[in-house]
Amino acid sequence: MSGILSSSIGRKFAMAISAFFLIVFLLQHFVINILSVFNPTVFNQVSHFMGTFWLVQYILQPILILGVIFHFVMGFVLEIKNNKSREIKYVKNYGNANSSWMSRNMIWSGLVILSFMILHFIDFWIPEINTKYIVGDMSGMHNGEFRYYTELVEKFHNPLRVGAYCLAFVFLALHLLHGFNSAFQSIGANNKYTKGINSFSKLYAIGIPLGFIFIALFHHLKQTL
Amino acid sequence: MNLTLKIWRQKNANDKGKMVDYQVSDISPDMSFLEMLDVLNNELIEKGDSPVAFDHDCREGICGMCSLYINGEAHGPGRKITTCQLHMRMFKDDDTIYIEPFRAKAFPVIKDLVIDRSAFDRVQYAGGFISVNTSGNTQDANSIPISKHAADEAMDAATCIGCGACVATCKNSSAMLFVGAKVSQYALLPQGKVEATDRVLNMIHQMDAEGFGNCTNTGACEIECPKGISLENIARMNREYLKASLKG
Amino acid sequence: MALDSKIPQGPLADKWTKHKNDINLVNPANKRLIDVIIVGTGLAGGSAAATLAELGYNVKAFCFQDSPRRAHSIAAQGGINAAKNYQGDGDSTYRLFYDTVKGGDYRSREANVYRLAEVSSNIIDQCVAQGVPFARDYGGLLDNRSFGGVLVSRTFYAKGQTGQQLLLGAYSAMNRQIGRGKIKMYNRHEMLDVVIVDGKARGIIARNLVTGEIERHSAHAVVLGTGGYGNVFFLSTNAMGSNVTAAWKAHKRGAYFANPCYTQIHPTCIPVSGDHQSKLTLMSESLRNDGRIWVPKHKKDVEAIRSGNLKPTQLAEEDRDYYLERRYPAFGNLVPRDVASRAAKERCDEGYGVNATGEAVYLDFAAAILRYGKEQAHVKGLNEDDETLINKLGKDVVKAKYGNLFQMYEKIADENPYETPMMIYPAVHYTMGGVWVDYNLQTTIPGLYAIGEANFSDHGANRLGASALMQGLADGYFVLPYTIGDYLSHDIRTGTISTDLPEFEEAEKKVTESIAHFINNKGSKSVDYFHRRLGKIMWDKCGMSRNEKDLKVAIEEISALRKEFYKEVLVPGTADEFNEQLAKAGRVADFLELGELFAKDALLREESAGGHFREEYQTPEGEAMRRKEFQFVSAWEYKGEPKDAVLHEEVLEYNNIEVKERSYK
Repeated sequence: MSGILSSSIGRKFAMAISAFFLIVFLLQHFVINILSVFNPTVFNQVSHFMGTFWLVQYILQPILILGVIFHFVMGFVLEIKNNKSREIKYVKNYGNANSSWMSRNMIWSGLVILSFMILHFIDFWIPEINTKYIVGDMSGMHNGEFRYYTELVEKFHNPLRVGAYCLAFVFLALHLLHGFNSAFQSIGANNKYTKGINSFSKLYAIGIPLGFIFIALFHHLKQTL
Repeated sequence: MNLTLKIWRQKNANDKGKMVDYQVSDISPDMSFLEMLDVLNNELIEKGDSPVAFDHDCREGICGMCSLYINGEAHGPGRKITTCQLHMRMFKDDDTIYIEPFRAKAFPVIKDLVIDRSAFDRVQYAGGFISVNTSGNTQDANSIPISKHAADEAMDAATCIGCGACVATCKNSSAMLFVGAKVSQYALLPQGKVEATDRVLNMIHQMDAEGFGNCTNTGACEIECPKGISLENIARMNREYLKASLKG
Repeated sequence: MALDSKIPQGPLADKWTKHKNDINLVNPANKRLIDVIIVGTGLAGGSAAATLAELGYNVKAFCFQDSPRRAHSIAAQGGINAAKNYQGDGDSTYRLFYDTVKGGDYRSREANVYRLAEVSSNIIDQCVAQGVPFARDYGGLLDNRSFGGVLVSRTFYAKGQTGQQLLLGAYSAMNRQIGRGKIKMYNRHEMLDVVIVDGKARGIIARNLVTGEIERHSAHAVVLGTGGYGNVFFLSTNAMGSNVTAAWKAHKRGAYFANPCYTQIHPTCIPVSGDHQSKLTLMSESLRNDGRIWVPKHKKDVEAIRSGNLKPTQLAEEDRDYYLERRYPAFGNLVPRDVASRAAKERCDEGYGVNATGEAVYLDFAAAILRYGKEQAHVKGLNEDDETLINKLGKDVVKAKYGNLFQMYEKIADENPYETPMMIYPAVHYTMGGVWVDYNLQTTIPGLYAIGEANFSDHGANRLGASALMQGLADGYFVLPYTIGDYLSHDIRTGTISTDLPEFEEAEKKVTESIAHFINNKGSKSVDYFHRRLGKIMWDKCGMSRNEKDLKVAIEEISALRKEFYKEVLVPGTADEFNEQLAKAGRVADFLELGELFAKDALLREESAGGHFREEYQTPEGEAMRRKEFQFVSAWEYKGEPKDAVLHEEVLEYNNIEVKERSYK
């Protein structure tokens, strides 16, 4: 087991495992967010629970952050290393002949997602941490009611931000379109279920980002129309 | 037909190299791509110029010696063929054709379009074998029945010709299809299972040491492989490697 | 020097066992002190290198390709014979021996062939243990197919890539020894001379094809596994680089060259398409298991087909001439290669050839598709009268059996062989002749061995399908490692051979001078220009059928061409760089000498035997006429010019097989 992360396949495996973890997180995040469309009250309750429950806050949250950091740092490391393995590039290269744009440009879709996450952290996570752990207000209340829904709606007022969100989710879809079933291949799962897995992962890769886009647009349009 | 060729010329390993334009005329569509280069070379020789060096040998798609990155694809357009099996009928009159060597840090250029693929050999030295004495005093060939399915699958993996198209076409210059095919062939057969752990660890170690990139599952290698070696072999190698890492 | 084949005494079946018990061995500690050079890394060279290294010798292996895995053994498609009798159809060591001697038209050495048959089973065991994925049946046991010239199914195969799989098996065995440091591998190196010290082969001079450097390598014995010389015909199924140079240099240093005129012209190759052609592609003989060979019965149909007004599929059954089935009812389409090739030539010479050049016959799978389709429909309980269904099922079976060959054909010929019959024509494929060796595979130079196609030993005047792979591996894995030990046992105290000896100096000087000549010549014609011309002389006058008049002309023409070559050849570039033209020039120079000896040998052999057909010696039905007076191996000793070569006869005795008219009727 020692030194597995120094080997090519080991790194590939680690990328896949962190990817699966993030994919599961994404689903959970989506499920909670979509509640905001159907039932603000439940959304508030769940948000408060997630924001204050110790297991989520002190165990899962750090793991998630580490997972994200690991995934993109390793992504960069691999990209740099892979890039170095061909010092002189082709004068003419016809990539579309044999592979998808998504698969060849994970680093770019990844970078867009990363920039989005920075925006997202500034929007939600940093204020949240500030309120809870620096100001020390763990109540989740503002003006006598849960603040989560209101904060969410506010953020979707600015059309520029909504546009940025939507664009980021398009890239997330592109990233997932290759990344999801690629992760299965990386952990060695290529068998009779592969076809099914591929269909499922495509569905997920398009469905979830589309859902997030829907949420953003829903809240934006609801307050502007 | 008449063609414009843009060919990579490089005197030797230390030369910087550049693309040079050539014209060829009266090319028959029945010619193979290499025969078209023969025509060019003959003209160059008789003009007193130096002919374009390229690797080739069997010219029937099995030795794996020929390479060439043609119009941005390993072994050119066309599927499941090597360059020697590529025929000029795939091109049109007045086409411009880019011809470059297979590029990878692990495959340095020797001259013009000739590259050094000994990295592949070294990966094989590390573990591409079953440690059985060549004395002939082994058990009878039929004493271990092997299911037809496993034998066929092992055969499919074993058809790899070691041409390096997978590396050349991979955006990361990864050799995983090549190594995966070899690991798979032995992993699928009972004879190979005995030293499966050491084999995969040693071969991957050597593969990494040679400077090949990492696999990002673009699938380009499978498409460009002249023998249609499947990505399943990479997945199998990943499994074998993880299993071996946990064990050893 | 009189030829001594050193065949052990005793009954045929015991010779090899007895010999192995009698010869000297080298103890393991002493093997470490002995170096062996192996030139060529195909089935023979590769397997020998692996085995000798495993035994403990220090092996240096050389190949001109960029990896041992590229040797042309890799292109063998159909299979490998072994007398396993897994099918229970009456096969035995004796029967394999019998078929091989008869197939070779009684021109091979009995004892060698029997040994080959004897060790054949071992090869299969060995290869399976190495992980060669031979085809298997549903019960998990090894499958067999049938090949030309035999009445049993004894051919083991791995799809249409048996040679590839066996070579990769030998290569893997080499890898293991290279990894252990017991083989030192020299890729992209070409042997340009053998060095003789005190009458013994003690090393080679090789050129590094990347840097152009001339290198000296010493050893206690030198083994040539350098393949055949089919490329003397320019167009052949051999790889572009296949050459006679190593064998020819050995010949010039004193090794006798045996039966140079015995060439196998393979009946099923893709016809020549134009002047640009650089090589010919073989379609495996296994296709003749299911394909039927025919030409139209009537000239008018031939013309209609040639002009494109008639498709072969439109021609009615009664207007077709299945000439092999007609002439040889017992073996039909599965007659030996020489017979099938000559029959195709006979039809085409009569004007029945079906392509524009008139040099092609049909190989038709329609009957097989129908037969298999019906069989499958019956097995699956489907409608046996549904033509579309039958056609589909039949094509599936054919695809499973020959898919890769059909695909290869389609890529080259641009025609779909599932829909229209393939066009085929004979092409030069294999050379039975080669360096003369004794029972121990040693040439007439002590310490110099020749194995595989490079030697002359086992196939006589015609090789049966799937026997080349068998011989290469038998020599390398199971014969040479024993016999060379007997010789090397005298060298345990010799110590390392110095490369500073005057003999090395002299050999290197010769090589350097020859290279300098080519580089400085500045003629006007490329090497290929001469090679093509040589090929044309060979094919026209020393090809599938030969006669005295043409052979005499050929000798003069080749000799004149050689002189012209040295005067007019143009080799661009320098000697100290990667220079393919320079390497080629050296090879063609040797072909130009060999070609002449080839014609001289064919002229001497006033009989028809196997692959050598002399028009003057044929039966009234046009079959080959063998003559008792020529029941010998012609071994030629080099004396300066090919025309001065001196003949030595090794008379062949058959005590265990009755020499009969070879009949496949």
